[in-house]
Amino acid sequence: MSSMGTRESILGALRAAAPAPTPDSRALEARINQLHAHGALRNASPSQRAEVMERIMTSVRTEVLRCDAATWPALMADKLAQAGVQRLLLDHTTAEGAALAVALPQNVQTLPFSQPLEAWKGILFSGVDAGFTLARSGIAATGTLVLAPNAGTPRTVSLVPPLHVALVYASTLHADLHAAMHAEGWSAGMPTNLVLVSGPSKTSDIQQTLAYGAHGPAALWVVIVDDSLEAQA
Amino acid sequence: MNARPMHFVSPADFRERVNEALQDQGLRASMRGAMDFLQAKRSSQFPDADELERLRDLGEAVRQHALANLPDLLVQFEANLQALGVQVHWAANADEANAIIHGIAQRRGARSIVKGKSMASEEVELNHYMAERGISCIESDMGEYIVQLAEEKPSHIVMPALHKTRAEIGALFERHLPGTPYTEDVDTLILAGRRALRRKFADADIGLSGVNFAAADTGTLWLVENEGNGRLSTTVPDVHIALMGIEKVVARLEHIVPLASLLTRSATGQAITTYFNLITGPRRVGELDGPREMHVVLLDNGRSQAFADQQLRATLQCIRCGACMNHCPVYERVGGHAYGTTYPGPIGKIISPHLLGLEETADLVTASSLCGACGEVCPVRIPIPELLVRLRTEANRDPAQQVDSPLRGQGANFSRGEQLVWRFWSGAFARPTVYRWFRWAATRLRAFAPSSQLGWTRHRAPLVPAKRSLADLMRERGQAE
Repeated sequence: MSSMGTRESILGALRAAAPAPTPDSRALEARINQLHAHGALRNASPSQRAEVMERIMTSVRTEVLRCDAATWPALMADKLAQAGVQRLLLDHTTAEGAALAVALPQNVQTLPFSQPLEAWKGILFSGVDAGFTLARSGIAATGTLVLAPNAGTPRTVSLVPPLHVALVYASTLHADLHAAMHAEGWSAGMPTNLVLVSGPSKTSDIQQTLAYGAHGPAALWVVIVDDSLEAQA
Repeated sequence: MNARPMHFVSPADFRERVNEALQDQGLRASMRGAMDFLQAKRSSQFPDADELERLRDLGEAVRQHALANLPDLLVQFEANLQALGVQVHWAANADEANAIIHGIAQRRGARSIVKGKSMASEEVELNHYMAERGISCIESDMGEYIVQLAEEKPSHIVMPALHKTRAEIGALFERHLPGTPYTEDVDTLILAGRRALRRKFADADIGLSGVNFAAADTGTLWLVENEGNGRLSTTVPDVHIALMGIEKVVARLEHIVPLASLLTRSATGQAITTYFNLITGPRRVGELDGPREMHVVLLDNGRSQAFADQQLRATLQCIRCGACMNHCPVYERVGGHAYGTTYPGPIGKIISPHLLGLEETADLVTASSLCGACGEVCPVRIPIPELLVRLRTEANRDPAQQVDSPLRGQGANFSRGEQLVWRFWSGAFARPTVYRWFRWAATRLRAFAPSSQLGWTRHRAPLVPAKRSLADLMRERGQAE
């Protein structure tokens, strides 16, 4: 149906059109870099970035916990139990997943994402209360988590359960999106899915009235681990 | 669910629908409220006027760079997608796009498609095409879902159900969603919509989405949303089809950074939306979710006509933020449906003639006071007022006249009589003797001015020459003509 003919005729029509002067790509990138070079948080310390991150995420109804590496598992375990979470999707093979699993009380069951989505879609959609993810990094200026889903923590962990719990290290917080993209070399190797999360799911589609929990998680809890403070201590 | 065809209207009946819309007090009130809200949200995101202008310069430069290299970028994008295992299709028009998507559905034995928001799919009337062939398309963006239940079309490209009140939506949900009592509480309504659509994501054979930006260098699709329905549609079903206009591709992933910022700030007044969903190919070996089969459909549908003309090419810079319609005095008064086109408002007026031809859309380009608000807020500096004037010129051009890149429907508003009047006028104006004679005759014969003067007298009093010309009056005061 999509014949080579269509492809050739579209490209042919575009090529036949009078050529516009082609601006230099390098010059364009220099301008993009320059615009971001003086971003407000470019010279901020990790804890300053964590502060901004906390403020902005809180403003879009995200619950932010700032703790150190030793205390967060117990705090989060308590919080999950109090919220009545019974089944938590979690990757035990990561240090963070294991630490949280150990801290959880008996009545909070953890389950790994151990089989392909299509094999247990029904359970995932109706029988899981929360999903735990470890963010690759964060973006302070917009209060954003950078998630790079993988085999242990696939995309749906942060998407299908009604509560998403994410952990991000303060030392991984970038000033802005441009800084994150450059520092992590996104162009050199994009994962299948890279998702930037800036709050719980929401919509204003009914008479411009903001409502949370449209299709993704209605609640987002973020643990910012202040690892930079530890390093200084 | 929605096997009946959508309600089709012809853009050519624009004038009648405008009159109806102007009488609709409810619509006028909700439009006014929505426009005030969206304008305030946008301006709160741009407190620093200098930063805004620098960012607009950059946005324009990125889009112009992409368009200047478009054929090469499309080829590069295609090669990178194919290397990732994505099947790439090219569609010259709506029928081809629909046939490609239907072909994929048939091969997979699919009965249902769950859709993330896609204006391109509205443009090709995909839902209607598939429904006629026994495949149901379910819109999952809350606004799109609402207009689909109401058997309407979106009235705004970012906020599809902008024209509807919560009372209307409450009644709609009560009627269509079993076990949903009438309510005007928005949280309750959204929860009802969430429940109704949840199973659809899990059960759908195919997920279809639009694309906000595409990067040629990495083969990445960049999707922008708040609800999570776009993520669900592109992650849960085993097949993902992305439908995108050929103009969406840019050279490099990092070029999208300023565009994404301009888009969310201009559209909904957000520094960033809840989700930026960057998709680079189908599920890879060892991964446990995401579609195992992925298709990208590249849609022309008249875009190459706009591309062919140096001036009109700027139309394709658009990033579909909707700021032009949010600031348009015409859109605010008539609403999105009056236009009868997929894309309403100022951007609709300049893109629709390429998609549908000037025969259908010649009246749309005249529905502007050329106040310039659209051009002033456009994040990528599309000179919309200039393009409107240009399209008016093309609509009034003699159909027989040969031009370099003729537009479909050239001369749709052409009238021999009007051409003669203008010829006479320009001739008279260029010759002082003739002009003086004309002036003398017009002031003396003013009683014979016709009371009906075509379009002019439809809404205004007839034009009657003054008793004395300005030149006469000046001469009486002792000043030279």
